[in-house]
Amino acid sequence: MENGISTITQIIPPNFYLILSSLLFCIGIIGVLIRRNIIVVFMSIELMLNASNLLMVAFSSYRSDGAAQVFVFFSMVVAAAEVAVGLAIIVMIYRNIHSIDIKELSKLKW
Amino acid sequence: MVSIFYFLSFLAVISAFMVVIAKNPIHSVLYLIMTFFAIAGHYVLMNAQFLAVVNIIVYAGAIMVLFLFVIMLLNLNTDAEQNKSILIRLTGIVAGGILMITLIGAFKQVSIVKDTTFYASGQAYDIGLVKNLGNTLFKEFLVPFELSSILFLAAMVGAVMLGKKDIK
Repeated sequence: MENGISTITQIIPPNFYLILSSLLFCIGIIGVLIRRNIIVVFMSIELMLNASNLLMVAFSSYRSDGAAQVFVFFSMVVAAAEVAVGLAIIVMIYRNIHSIDIKELSKLKW
Repeated sequence: MVSIFYFLSFLAVISAFMVVIAKNPIHSVLYLIMTFFAIAGHYVLMNAQFLAVVNIIVYAGAIMVLFLFVIMLLNLNTDAEQNKSILIRLTGIVAGGILMITLIGAFKQVSIVKDTTFYASGQAYDIGLVKNLGNTLFKEFLVPFELSSILFLAAMVGAVMLGKKDIK
């Protein structure tokens, strides 16, 4: 792109992305705290991961630094691996206790 | 462009809310896919096209299909979940709200300085394109890139081992 083309980083102040990311992150936290379905809890964790990714991409484009976008790429890689293992664990739990209610999984609780 | 920003933000926040409050897990997955598309739209707005495409392929494509697959496999597409008690739910919502207020209060104090030297040279807009990101990825971050393949191998072996019925 040539010089002078206005992009979003020149119009929108970076604080807007800060607020949007913290909103998404807090919605994810509320989801983890209030739901009992373990899959929905897992999805809320994905939401929090995405909120932090969004903020990192925003900082990367405001600072014109490509390394942060590579870091977001690695974060997505780790999230994909985490989801594969996590869903395998959920399937195994369901096979053992025939429920995905996190209330049933409180054996480690003190 | 400002209206696109507001529209995508609104879409992301509303569908994130629906993820949390939807009764049926299938609906939660579909709303989460909508959130991911809105976030990918934000990436396009910020000129991070590579990450936008990767976000759609990896998150909305692979991960969410895996979620749907598990929900269908376990036959969970009913809203049989019992709710937590109203006190615990209220505590969760209040805790999340307090965290949000704290974060926003902290962010009010910061001011992010734009790096204007890049803007003058015109390089600032294409750091997120595949060509430049690939250069960064395969020159500076080659070792972490190769290590991530080992991570994937470990995750694959772990998922298969966890999914097996009986391990001798």
